[in-house]
Amino acid sequence: MRLLSFVAGLLFSALALAQSGPIKVGMSMPQTGPLGAGGQAALLALRMWVEDVNKRGGLLKRQVELTAYDDQTNPAVTPAIYAKLLDVDKVDLLIAPYGTVPTAPIMPLVKQRGLLLMGNFSFQVNRTVKHDMWFNNSPWNDASSWSDGFFQAGQKLGAKTIAFLAADQEFAQNLANGARDLAQKAGLTTVYNQNYPPATVDFSAMIRAVRAAKPDLVFVMSYPNDSVAIVRAVNEIGVGDSVKLFGGGMVGLQFTPNMVSLGKSLNGIVNYNSYVPGMKYPGIEDFLARYAKRAAEAKVDPLGFYLPPFNYAIGQMLEQAITATKSLDHKVLANYLRTNEMKTIVGPIRFRADGEWANARVVQAQFRGVVDKNLDQFRQPGKQVVLYPDQYKTGDVIAPFEKARK
Amino acid sequence: MFSLDLLRDAVVFGLLVGCFYAAVSIGLSVAFGLLDVPHIAHPAFLVLGSYCTYLLCQYGWDPILAGIALMPVFMLLGMAVYRFYYVTFEKRGTEAGVRGLAFFFGVVFIIEVGLVLVFGVDQRLVEADYIGKSLTIGDMRLPLRLIVAFGVALVLTVGLTLYLSKTFTGRAIKAVAQDEAALRLMGANPVRIKQWAFGIATAVTALAGALLIIVGPVEPTMDRVYIGRTFCVVVLAGLGSMSGTLVAGLILGVSETIVLTLLGASWAPAVSFGLLLVMLGIRPQGLFGR
Repeated sequence: MRLLSFVAGLLFSALALAQSGPIKVGMSMPQTGPLGAGGQAALLALRMWVEDVNKRGGLLKRQVELTAYDDQTNPAVTPAIYAKLLDVDKVDLLIAPYGTVPTAPIMPLVKQRGLLLMGNFSFQVNRTVKHDMWFNNSPWNDASSWSDGFFQAGQKLGAKTIAFLAADQEFAQNLANGARDLAQKAGLTTVYNQNYPPATVDFSAMIRAVRAAKPDLVFVMSYPNDSVAIVRAVNEIGVGDSVKLFGGGMVGLQFTPNMVSLGKSLNGIVNYNSYVPGMKYPGIEDFLARYAKRAAEAKVDPLGFYLPPFNYAIGQMLEQAITATKSLDHKVLANYLRTNEMKTIVGPIRFRADGEWANARVVQAQFRGVVDKNLDQFRQPGKQVVLYPDQYKTGDVIAPFEKARK
Repeated sequence: MFSLDLLRDAVVFGLLVGCFYAAVSIGLSVAFGLLDVPHIAHPAFLVLGSYCTYLLCQYGWDPILAGIALMPVFMLLGMAVYRFYYVTFEKRGTEAGVRGLAFFFGVVFIIEVGLVLVFGVDQRLVEADYIGKSLTIGDMRLPLRLIVAFGVALVLTVGLTLYLSKTFTGRAIKAVAQDEAALRLMGANPVRIKQWAFGIATAVTALAGALLIIVGPVEPTMDRVYIGRTFCVVVLAGLGSMSGTLVAGLILGVSETIVLTLLGASWAPAVSFGLLLVMLGIRPQGLFGR
């Protein structure tokens, strides 16, 4: 009997010790490869949230610990990383890696195991999986939410034809398919439609072909390396006088090092964004000021407008849900996230049944008056004039594209 | 959509890009083609060359001049790498030489991680008067950066071809590739010759790396984009043929660009390996191989 009491006491102590250990949050993050630049900036923001929440005493009186592995932007490795996080590291909560391509392969895993997954700027990865415990931090929901602003501006300019240039990758193809549907609905004739492989070295020939097609609109869906190369090729080859709008879904033109490097070559491009200076949310300016100091030390995106605030928001949403429910149970947390408004530094968020934002907030902005080699210019409103949505609009589009470049 | 104008432009772009492909492959043609070293770290050295060029450009250097200035440093680096590879793998026999693949994999990871630690993962670009501008001929616009890369690649290939065929050391490098034992009987030290040749192959990557960052942005893992293409060019050319490397680069560049412009960009990556398969089927020794 004494022995039994002793064993029970030991078990109880072990259980109590486990309960008082840190809350483990696990994820993979592209820290190298094409999405590495964005991934490192996003990870810094998440680490800032962990520090902030631990300074406040943690969650459920337990410290928070973040485990993040580099997935090298390689979708082939993410399932193994998440299996390790769950089975070896025994994490309590999961956050998805930045981007559609690394996230897509882990969706079946989390659905099969019935786990909560906080999405991280991926696009439509839950469309076919239909996991009811997925909550994305990105300000878009379906394809129209992303490209509506671009097409509306195009229609106002009387556009009749369109050219598509899209990376042969999950994200770009999802977006391209949605954009093609929208173009069809808007009565636009597609005069050029090209999917290019991820390892494309030079885009001069493709931009020449776009010019030959004489489109009114050019909708581009590209990844960071390609976006920079495309902007350069456009600057050298030109897209012709017919083009009224150019851009749409170019990932990478939101990253500060790219914006600074490309300088005035960016002028005239209309592209999506998540946040540009001038948009007001409670707490975002304080966060960006703190982030800028940390980013300089960490040698990551010095401004961090695009991803970091939204990654910090992931932490805030987890914090709000755990504090309110006093639970780490995934079903309980998912239910809270689904039914309550989340208060974050990127504004209030409500989720739809599919885990995407109920009210999308993708910005389409036109680069204007950008000069070469000047980082500070991007801190001010006006270098990216918001055309859409109306609630954030700061100006009208300048067209045609060649005129807007001057 | 087909037009003669588009076809003409595709051929011209292809020639420019093809010459660039030759430039980034020619070092491998020496290391793998002539010396039989399984140098899979060649594209990583290219990227290292790009980053060193980037570093010098921050002090106002022109990228091409920076690439030329880096060549002696890279030559020493290459000689040191070969010496290490020789002592630890090649000296121990053929099987150990093949196991040297693991050594070069290790070199790739060291270079990639080193670049990430020093420069971060952001893309890097350089600026020069010929970047971002184009040359207009009639209704055709040619990017100046590609024309510069074309010119430098041409000089590099012709220079290396002349060096290997007209100088004593060059001929010794060719000899070591053909019959190492015979060279030893002539009183020459094949290991030293190979070390020198590997140094040259690595020195070339400094200038080719400068071309890489002139043509487009680079990031630490960019080598993975070039590993297939460079090996394809070298095998297509015929192992060890410098002029063949130029011709193979041009064939690859032109066919890729024509496919990309007129048939569909998705098929472009299949071009290099498709050509390689056809070549291996009808002429296994490559275009200029013996």
